[in-house]
Order: sequence, then structure tokens, then C-alpha cells
Amino acid sequence: MSAANGGGESFDPKAVAYLSSADVVSVQRGPEPGGVGGAYRAFGETLRGLKTTMARLIEGPLTIEYPEEKTPVYPRFRGRHKLHKFEDTGLEKCVGCSLCAAACPADCIRVVAAENIPGDRVSAGERYAAVYEINLSRCIFCGYCEIACPFDAITMGHDYEMADYDRSNLIFTKEMLLAEPVERTPLKSEGE
Amino acid sequence: MLALPLADVNFVEATWIMVLKSVIIFAVVFGILPILTVVERKLIGRFQHRYGPNRVGPFGLLQPLADVGKLISKESFRPANAVSTLFILGPLLPVVSGVLALAIIPWGNVQDGVGLYGIDVPIGILYFFAVGSIAFYGLLLGGWSSGSKYSLLGAMRSAAQLISYEVSMGLALLGVVMMSGSLSLVDIVEAQGKVWFVIPQLVGFLIFMLAGFAETNRTPFDMPEADAELVQGFMTEYGGMRFGSFLLVEYMEILVVSGIAAAMFLGGWMGPGPGFLDPIWMLVKMLCLIFVFIWIRATLPRLRYDQLMTLGWKVLLPLATLNVLVTAILVVVT
Repeated sequence: MSAANGGGESFDPKAVAYLSSADVVSVQRGPEPGGVGGAYRAFGETLRGLKTTMARLIEGPLTIEYPEEKTPVYPRFRGRHKLHKFEDTGLEKCVGCSLCAAACPADCIRVVAAENIPGDRVSAGERYAAVYEINLSRCIFCGYCEIACPFDAITMGHDYEMADYDRSNLIFTKEMLLAEPVERTPLKSEGE
Repeated sequence: MLALPLADVNFVEATWIMVLKSVIIFAVVFGILPILTVVERKLIGRFQHRYGPNRVGPFGLLQPLADVGKLISKESFRPANAVSTLFILGPLLPVVSGVLALAIIPWGNVQDGVGLYGIDVPIGILYFFAVGSIAFYGLLLGGWSSGSKYSLLGAMRSAAQLISYEVSMGLALLGVVMMSGSLSLVDIVEAQGKVWFVIPQLVGFLIFMLAGFAETNRTPFDMPEADAELVQGFMTEYGGMRFGSFLLVEYMEILVVSGIAAAMFLGGWMGPGPGFLDPIWMLVKMLCLIFVFIWIRATLPRLRYDQLMTLGWKVLLPLATLNVLVTAILVVVT
């Protein structure tokens, strides 16, 4: 086969006994390289290439200069988690049911629940999360915790700048998750 | 009648003027070189829809300072099985040859008793070829003495490239030499008062530029370097400022080749305006040619080794010979 295809010879399907002519698909090939025609074509293609690159130069850069400008994210972008409070009462939505921890495929959520004391309620339910930690160095941002939560207490935010020099800083506590992110990530507008 | 341009120096200048001229040429060229590296990187970036370096200093103009600072602070590493003296000589020879070639680039004619060129050699073009070929000794010695297979392959490729292109390059310039009747670059520029040689010698110009890409080891003929397959070829084992001087030479050679091309085909310092603008015109023409160098680099991929040989021997050499023949006949007839 390689001898028949190589060396510039055209492939003859009749030479191969087990191939019927219906099996052979003719492939359109470019003109033979070399010769005066080849040089002429190469020159033309070079000019075409030069035209293409010049057009790119005139169009100008498309770079988003990252630390200064941020790429806008879609509204459903799954970034850093947020824990929520009720806006009217200020009580935490999380009741410490640990469903998010159960749903988490990366096993990065740790919840320790405690009973609410009637005079000093923390959450709206019977219990609250005494400890709520997400290890963001293990989190895969799948959003299963958000789906599993029966009270919409945890949602995925838009924050994606979480790099740190120390792994222990990436274990986010309840206070950090309840707080608003320092910098807002730009959102894509409708239809963008 | 055709006067034989033997060793007839047109006039002799005072020594201090010669020294001053050398210093100025040095200062200007070594001021341009770093800017050239930034401009190239920025232009390549823009050709690819991006900005290029823009972090160090305003518009990234201090990038070369940062680069040189980095290169100088690096260790001058030498492989254990390298031939030490030749290894050190490798990057030095191209620098010397590049600086020597700068001397004949004409920036203007004699003004107020001072020739605006390093030196007006009666053998101008031959000098350029002689000096330019020395640079290849540097590449060859550097590649061989590194004691590495990539370096050796890169060096052998430069040798093959040299013999494929130097002939066509010489023949391409021969047409201009015949039309102007002189080898001196100053006389050649003077002969272009009516029409630039790029018009009657268009073929020669194209061949010279193609061979120039090969001479300066630029894409599409950057075979000796071939960063993808040969990890920078003859430069593989070099580091620090030795590597830096190879890079420096590459840009210096671009400057020299575009200077020669501007002088021989684009009318050198010829341009409208008073006499003191002459060096500016020369610089503008050189910069235009340098832009072409960068444009080509942003456009064309590297040729395969055999394609390069085919182009050199089967296309450029016959074309250049034909060009010389036709020019010779026309010069004799008219």
C-alpha cells in the first residue's frame, strides 16, 4: 500500500483484488509541488498570507488585560460558594442538615450541627451549623451542594480569584462564606 | 567609460573625525538594537491579536533593559565536553563581523567635509560579503564546540544554508553593480538619482531580500535555530550573555542587511528635503525593510530542509543568473 501511495504514483484500485471500485473514495489532492507552477503558486500563497497577517495587525489586539480588566462571567457561572442569611430577620438559612456534605463528590464540606438556644437563635430552623467549612483546594465547583441544599442556604457565587500561597488559607470558614466577596466579578450582560 | 574602482579613496578625513564617526555609528546602532527587539516583539504580538510586552516601563519600552539584566545575571555555563576556547569564540566572531559590516552602510554623502558613513570602501559590496561570512564561522565553531548533537546539527544546517544562499545573494547584487558601474555603496546610491534600482532590478531586490532572510537566520529560513526541532540549534548550549550576543547579532544582521538593501535598491539617503535629512531618510527606509522582516516572520512557517535547498539552488540561483545576464545585455546595448 505504502509503495502504491508514495512516490507520486496514482493509486490504482484495480490492482488490489479485494477492493471493488465502489469502496474507493477519490480524494481531491492539491497540485503537484515543484516546477514553475509550484513556485508561482507559492508566491501567490505567500502574498495571501502576508495580506492575512496585515489584516490582523490593522484589526488590533483582542487581549483582555487580566489583572486590570476581568473577563465577565455568565450569571450561572459556578464560582466561590456563598452562605446566605434571611434578609428580614438576619438569621442564617443553613440548618446544619449536612446534605451538602453528603452530596459533595470531592468530600470538601464539613458541617457540625448544634441545637439552637431559644433566646439566641442563629438559624431559622431547629438546629444550626456550628462549624461550616469548605476546603476550596479540594472543591471541584460542581454545584451539587447548591442543588442538594433544601433551604437555598448555599449557592455558588461568581468569584473566581481564590489563589493563595498557603493551603490552610483555602479552608473557608462559615464567617468567610457569609461575608460578601471583597471584589465583585463582572457579569455578562444579557445576550452577550 | 567605466573607471576601474580600485583602491581610490575619495578623500582622507582627520583621525578625530573618523573616531567621532565610529562612536556615533556605534551609539546610534546600539541605541536602535534594543528598541528593535521590543518593536519586533510588539509587532509580532499585534500580528497575532495581542499586545506584546507592555509591562516594563511605559509601553514596555524598558523590556530590553530587563532582558539584558536577566541575561547578564545568568551563569555563563559551559558543557563538560565543550571545546572551551572555541566555545567562547563562537559568539564573539559574529559580533565582530556585524560591527564591521556596519562601517560601510552609507547614511549620507560628504557634507561639510565629513562623509556620513563609516568608511567608503571601493570594494564595498565585497567587503560586506567577506565580513558577513565571518559570522558563519562563529555559528559553526559555536555549534561544533558545544559538544551537543543539536548544536552540531544546527551548525551544519547553517553551513548548508550559507552555501545555498550566498551565491544567489552575490548574483542578485551584481545587477546593481553593473548598472551603477561601481562597488562603492556611496557611488551606488549616487547613481540612483533618477530612478531607484528597485524598479529595474526588482528581481534582484526580491532575491536579495530572500537571501537576506537566510543570511540573518530569520523565518522562513531559520533552519539553524529551528526552536521547535533543534531547540535553538547552535545556541542550545549557550546561556547568559553569550546567548544574548547571538541574539544581538541576529538583530544587528537584520540592520545591516536592510541597510545594504536600502542603499542598493531603495536609493539610500535619497529623499526630498535638505541635506541634513539624509540620514533620517536612510533610517526610515531601513526601518521599512525591518518591518518587512518582522511581517514575514509573523506570516510564514519554517521551510523544510529540502525545500530550502530546492529554493536556493533550483529557483534563486538560475533566476539570479538570468537577471545578471539580462542586465549585462541591457547595460551593453544602452
